[in-house]
Amino acid sequence: MDFTYDSEQNDLREAVRGLLQRAYPDTERRRSVVGSDPGFDEKTWAQLAEMGVLGLPFAEEDGGMGAGPIEVGIVAEEMGRVLAPEPFVEAVVLAGGLVAAVGTAAQRTAVLGPLSEGGSVLAFAHAEPATRWSPSASAVTATQDGDGWRLTGVKEPVANGARADVLVVSAAVDGGTALFLVQGDAAGLTRTGYRTHDGGRAANVTLDGTPAELLGEGTADRSADVERVQALARIAHANESVGAMESALRITAEYLKTRKQFGVTLNRFQALTFRAADMYVSVELARSTALWASMVADAGGDVVAAGDRARLQTSRAGRHVGKEAIQLHGGIGVTAEYSVGHYTSRLTAIDHVLGDGDWAADRLAASVDSYPTVDPLGAPYTG
Amino acid sequence: MRLQLSPEMEAFRDEMRTFFTTQVPKEIRDQVAARRHVSREQYIEAQRALNAAGLAVPHWPVEWGGRDWTPLQRHIWREEMQLASVPEPLAFNTSMIGPVIAAFGNQEQKERFLAKTANLDIWWCQGFSEPDAGSDLASLRTTAVRDGDDWVVNGQKTWTTLGQHADWIFCLVRTDPTAEKKQRGISMLVFPMDTPGVTLRPIQLIDGGHEVNEVFFEDVRVPAENLVGEENRGWDYAKFLLGNERVGIARVGATKKLIAQAKEFAREITAGGRPLSEDPRTLARIAELENELLALELTALRVVANSADGKPHPASSVLKLRGSELQQAATELIVDIAGPLSLASFADGGSAVPDWARVATPEYLNYRKVSIYGGSNEVQRTIIAGTILGL
Repeated sequence: MDFTYDSEQNDLREAVRGLLQRAYPDTERRRSVVGSDPGFDEKTWAQLAEMGVLGLPFAEEDGGMGAGPIEVGIVAEEMGRVLAPEPFVEAVVLAGGLVAAVGTAAQRTAVLGPLSEGGSVLAFAHAEPATRWSPSASAVTATQDGDGWRLTGVKEPVANGARADVLVVSAAVDGGTALFLVQGDAAGLTRTGYRTHDGGRAANVTLDGTPAELLGEGTADRSADVERVQALARIAHANESVGAMESALRITAEYLKTRKQFGVTLNRFQALTFRAADMYVSVELARSTALWASMVADAGGDVVAAGDRARLQTSRAGRHVGKEAIQLHGGIGVTAEYSVGHYTSRLTAIDHVLGDGDWAADRLAASVDSYPTVDPLGAPYTG
Repeated sequence: MRLQLSPEMEAFRDEMRTFFTTQVPKEIRDQVAARRHVSREQYIEAQRALNAAGLAVPHWPVEWGGRDWTPLQRHIWREEMQLASVPEPLAFNTSMIGPVIAAFGNQEQKERFLAKTANLDIWWCQGFSEPDAGSDLASLRTTAVRDGDDWVVNGQKTWTTLGQHADWIFCLVRTDPTAEKKQRGISMLVFPMDTPGVTLRPIQLIDGGHEVNEVFFEDVRVPAENLVGEENRGWDYAKFLLGNERVGIARVGATKKLIAQAKEFAREITAGGRPLSEDPRTLARIAELENELLALELTALRVVANSADGKPHPASSVLKLRGSELQQAATELIVDIAGPLSLASFADGGSAVPDWARVATPEYLNYRKVSIYGGSNEVQRTIIAGTILGL
């Protein structure tokens, strides 16, 4: 087992960090970007494309870079560190990942090429208002119409659903859940976008006999594919959370060293420094799990179980670090002008997109009595 | 980044597993697995079996029996030993005084003590804490005054673990009461426990057991040659000793074993008409604990990989802090699974309560110690806040 990055991976981190630091040098700049639609910076998106980041996990023949979950984790962590609002995990890892996993060769070329080049934003329209964190669709249904398909029903909330050029939509068919491509300008498609608390954008996507293209061949149930790609997104989110938590802790520690009350800096109060020490423990344990889950995905192990483990650890850690970061600051921590509360908001959002800690714990609990011990050195981890 | 063990490390792991599960007597391993006290004879027998195979002191210098292993090999060695319920080599010998003598003792001391220390021919105990010197160890007051060729020791030590089995004690004593910094006037002496003037008094613990002792010194004459290293440099050796093998203090393998046992115990208990092993709340609790332990194990692997030139990674405080909390959580889980059966702690023949449930609470109570010894968790938080966060 080896936790060190190779030189190419270090170079990737340096490059992404440099780009994002120039794009988001301070809180004010980020606030101004997320203050207007589409909630991220199109220019930064184009620069990420130029660097190859938006095609990172896709095969070269599909227009991507042929990299893997370790590289995805590096980018996600750097995004988290500065709270970059560009939808890397949502558009590339999740929506793009589904096209890569399920799409035909022609679909992969047609969709992933433009995504990688920055010319097309993808969104995965999957969540339905009355359910949560299911790998299957029920409220949106698909019916065959000649050679094509038509979708009807409501998807919400759909991250970047209003801005997306192409939507990957899950829908119930006879055999289970199928995936479809819907163009942003399709007839019968109504999208109502709004801001999310973390500065992002989501939308109500209402489909009314909307023409759609079946993703991949046949209508066999795609729930397992959704499950697997969502697990990859959970692992990417875990890495993003680690970057965000590390920044929240660093900002908090700096504040404790400079803010004075009762005539002394706050780091003179053990009641505060001990809590900061506990935050450090949470961050480091979460980092270990996020890195390991990325390695499991990279080695072809049980990505769903590893995703659940990463989700559980970073959910608990994210809540702990996010809440304490604000409390140790005091009132300034809840102001929009100051950075730290935005980290808490983002961590809170990540916690609810693809399953929270309790949800992950319940899933792990279902199999906990079927093996004696967890063996991370086993080759490869098999859940 | 690589998840899997290399083929060489896989083979190493198999070798360790095979040795521990076949070459250490089963009665002794069963005793550990049953979480019952291991006798002095059993400790010695187990450590000698390990030592004969070169597995008692792999972290020592090669010259004195060490193996020059990588940190990963040491992790695997320890993990497999704990999973196989092998009593670990006595820490006072192998992690504490042995490495100190190997690093700071003179040649004569090395030849006199090291082989016997590795083989547990000498059983060592630790004379560090005093009634008024706990976490603030440097305020210790036991004195040693030079008189001809001897040091004369007076004072009191406490929390001396398994002192009742010990042949020798390594002791921190104040040799320069005038030193400007209290840390600078301390030396390390070693002497036999049967030296005239040494009195041992047991301390009874809330688990009903006898594990620690008070040790009193009254005009104990210790030959000058029994000074380890230099006079008044004892604090440096103590710090070296306490920082040694921080990685092992996470005790991941031992906690893993406890959780595996907890799962078995849960199958034996019926609650609400079904086995506790099907109760969602119990299962979720196990899942959470197991995930925390996974994170700790991975962190231990990260830390060992980044420990340069034997110096502990600053994050090793995380291992002590979290490692102790998870050991405690596992013992607490087992008490809760035992439920009312846990009251039968001291039941003997004629009780229908299974043995695991009888030992559950004494062990849970005993394990309160792990967040106190080896630098209390509050000391670890101080280290993290100061050394790592710069607070």
